[in-house]
Amino acid sequence: MPKDSGIGASSKRREDVRFLTGVGNYTDDINMHGQTYAYFLRSEVAHGKINNLDIADASAMPGVLKIFTADDLTAAGGVPCGWQVTDRFGNPMQEPKHPILAEGKVRHVGDPIACVVAETLEQARDAAEAIELDIEELEAVIDMKAALNDGATKVHDDLDNNLCYDWGFVEENRDAVDEAIKNAHHVTTLELTNNRLVPNPMEPRVAIGDYSRGKDEYTLYTTSQNPHVIRLLMGAFVLSIPEHKLRVVAPDVGGGFGSKIYHYAEEAMVTFASKVVNRPVKWTCSRSEAFVSDAHGRDHVTKIELAMDENHMFTAVRTETYANMGAYLSTFAPSIPTWLHGTLMAGNYKTPLVYVNVKAVFTNTVPVDAYRGAGRPEATYQLERVVDKAARELGVDPAELRRKNFIKPEEFPYQTPVAVVYDTGNYHATLDKGLEMVDYANFDKRVAESKARGKLRGLGIAHFIEACGIAPSNLVGQLGARAGLYESATVRVNATGGLVVMTGSHSHGQGHETSFAQVVADMIGIDENMVEIVHGDTNNAPMGMGTYGSRSIAVGGSAMVRATEKIIAKAKKVASHLLEASEGDIELKDGAFSVAGTDKSITWGEVCLAAYVPHNYPLEDLEPGLEETAFYDPSNFTYPSGAYICEVEVDEETGKVDILGFTAADDFGNVINPMIVEGQVHGGVAQGIGQAMLENTVYDENGQLLTGSYMDYAMPRAADVPNFSVDHSCVTPCTHNPLGVKGCGEAGAIGSPPAVVNAVIDALHRGGHTHVEHIDMPVSPARVWAAINNK
Amino acid sequence: MTKITMTVNGKSYSGEVEGRTLLVNFLRETLSLTGTHVGCDTSQCGACTVHVNGQNVKSCTMFAIEADGADVTTVEGIAAPDGTLSTVQQAFQDYHGLQCGFCTPGMIMTATKLLENNPKPTEHEVREYLEGNICRCTGYHNIVKAIMAASGQEVTPVAAAE
Repeated sequence: MPKDSGIGASSKRREDVRFLTGVGNYTDDINMHGQTYAYFLRSEVAHGKINNLDIADASAMPGVLKIFTADDLTAAGGVPCGWQVTDRFGNPMQEPKHPILAEGKVRHVGDPIACVVAETLEQARDAAEAIELDIEELEAVIDMKAALNDGATKVHDDLDNNLCYDWGFVEENRDAVDEAIKNAHHVTTLELTNNRLVPNPMEPRVAIGDYSRGKDEYTLYTTSQNPHVIRLLMGAFVLSIPEHKLRVVAPDVGGGFGSKIYHYAEEAMVTFASKVVNRPVKWTCSRSEAFVSDAHGRDHVTKIELAMDENHMFTAVRTETYANMGAYLSTFAPSIPTWLHGTLMAGNYKTPLVYVNVKAVFTNTVPVDAYRGAGRPEATYQLERVVDKAARELGVDPAELRRKNFIKPEEFPYQTPVAVVYDTGNYHATLDKGLEMVDYANFDKRVAESKARGKLRGLGIAHFIEACGIAPSNLVGQLGARAGLYESATVRVNATGGLVVMTGSHSHGQGHETSFAQVVADMIGIDENMVEIVHGDTNNAPMGMGTYGSRSIAVGGSAMVRATEKIIAKAKKVASHLLEASEGDIELKDGAFSVAGTDKSITWGEVCLAAYVPHNYPLEDLEPGLEETAFYDPSNFTYPSGAYICEVEVDEETGKVDILGFTAADDFGNVINPMIVEGQVHGGVAQGIGQAMLENTVYDENGQLLTGSYMDYAMPRAADVPNFSVDHSCVTPCTHNPLGVKGCGEAGAIGSPPAVVNAVIDALHRGGHTHVEHIDMPVSPARVWAAINNK
Repeated sequence: MTKITMTVNGKSYSGEVEGRTLLVNFLRETLSLTGTHVGCDTSQCGACTVHVNGQNVKSCTMFAIEADGADVTTVEGIAAPDGTLSTVQQAFQDYHGLQCGFCTPGMIMTATKLLENNPKPTEHEVREYLEGNICRCTGYHNIVKAIMAASGQEVTPVAAAE
């Protein structure tokens, strides 16, 4: 029977009502008394030297309060990077300064040069147009491989070259992998591009700086996935504001997908400016501006080789990847192609030897950082594409080749050759479930049916693994993270029994206000509506590393569980006093404390009241009140996995691909709210289909962004995607967190791109176009048609 | 500056606007009706969709002056005065047709207009009608399902644990 409340129930989302009726509170909905408006003058060239920047006339324009340039920010630090990668020779990565406003040079289209603060947005814009700016355009560095040539123009004059780092993993295995590939029975090789994407949450970024002269305190309202992280980065590294003088609020946030993790220059600028002009300063990003200032995602060029023995068992994987960093290092950028990518290159397989080489490259493009999946989609895409190609070369069923090489259910926990230990999983179960859902056995009949209509039908399988629930602090510290990745929660019980949970996780679409409340209510046995979830304000939760990497329920949820356990433990002490019974005999069930083996009981509310009105209370043993805080630092990553299967029809004449069906059979461990989990998968799959079929970020050779609006960048629309079949009934609970949960936010975006491309290639081969080994994403009609016809 | 007057959600409002002021800015900034959102600047995303004289309009594409004298409905005017959600709004909650909520006002306005014009649309018609509204969170699956349910047609139930 489906549950109707608590853990496992599809509780309706309580946050929906405010969003459905237009009374949400997004950052741009906030207007402060005396507010001013910021507008950024940005570079229109990809690479250039600023010969002249004259703000005198513009500063005298109506309504202008102040125009900021780099000269005003000499005391401020640059935008910091949160992760230092060490290269394969033991040297630290090259780390350029990322100024808030350009210091003499611009390095990508969109690089901010000046910030105008005026009484109205129109006045700020008008003044920005009046700024005299003379930029000498320099050669733009766009192509990653060309950027590494000797004598190539440098993005940063003070660095040795455009190579951020040359990383090897596992470096000690390099020779053994080379040897295994040399001696292999069969080696399948594939070269591919993981196309650059723009995350495009529907809410553009907004930041409001508000300095209080009376209290010498700053408040920043910002569209962030992690307000505490912004407070830490901006306060400690950019503006030198101690945390007790800086409050960061991220209210309702309209999607993030990674792009709202990072500390951006505009946040520091409005915070700094609000003190100078002594008024609140608001900046609202336009969509055109977002395309050239939000961090982009993916952008890898990879060669992968998969070696096999005569029994088709994988013996080694070797990869060489060029990863675009863009012009500056965004907050987590260096970690994405390395630790979030290399550690997943074993996939679901027992491949004993893996070597991953990554060259991270500076170019005159927008910085690249995590986008939904972050490194793991890049790993899964290349691995699941090369396995598919191998099956075709060997003439075996791609499902069977995967099954043969899968880690077996009884082999967990499984130590991979790329450092991580998978705690649980059952890949055979999810693959079988997916194949059952798509009626794999009868696929040939459907191929014939399509053929009768003149269409080529194909089926593509991908089986993903990801490492999420990020992350054990001691481990990521060794790997170069400049932060811990725990989470915190404070549970405050009020005198009349209601609870407020303050969490460092942040909800920007994930529905935490509902699902987190389900967990706490279930633990105590009270109605979900007695639990309120508060997030998004550094003045509430004690600390928070925020929401990304499918970490909220696994890490933030675990912190909340630990705090609630402390609450229950204390409440039991109070109950034992009130019931005059031994603490060990007190049981909590359905919101009531009872004495085991008796009919004596007391309600949750009575115990809470006693804690706050301690007339009859063990004051000598126990403090009054009922509020507890817990920090939870995970002992391992979590490892969701699943089978993603796509069925397509290709029109040979036009190259047009229609997705006929998309199926996801996931193992997310235990599930708190199935409705929300399925919604996360739907959204992730749509983004993955977007990457595979529609989306692409294109720079020309001069570094102009050719896809800088929704007129040019193909966002998936309702008619571009099918209905999805999703399942999460294969459950191997996580063994190291209290809820047994693994996380579901990124799975869809990880598993789906290779499934789509595998399906298209399958269709072409079944149609006799066996010369087509690969088509880079997006598999647009033009590319498919060209692949068919360019023999 | 020009003085304009319009009826918004049944109430008459007046305000001073510049010629370049967009209807969406008048609604958001002058009337503080912040439910209508701005998600792009090329009239593509549809987060700013409102009804003007009974027609679906992207309010970022219309000057406030052009709506002088018009009858405008925004997302704030869709639920009943006592707060009861409309059939479309309720279906979006029941079938999880929203996540971050940012595109939702536009989706509600478009879906409401669709069902006024076409009370029993096919799923294909729903998807085609949503062409001008972009959602990045839901993959549209549950938006389409919610609209089908709101039209009184049978849909599969929302997810439940096994």
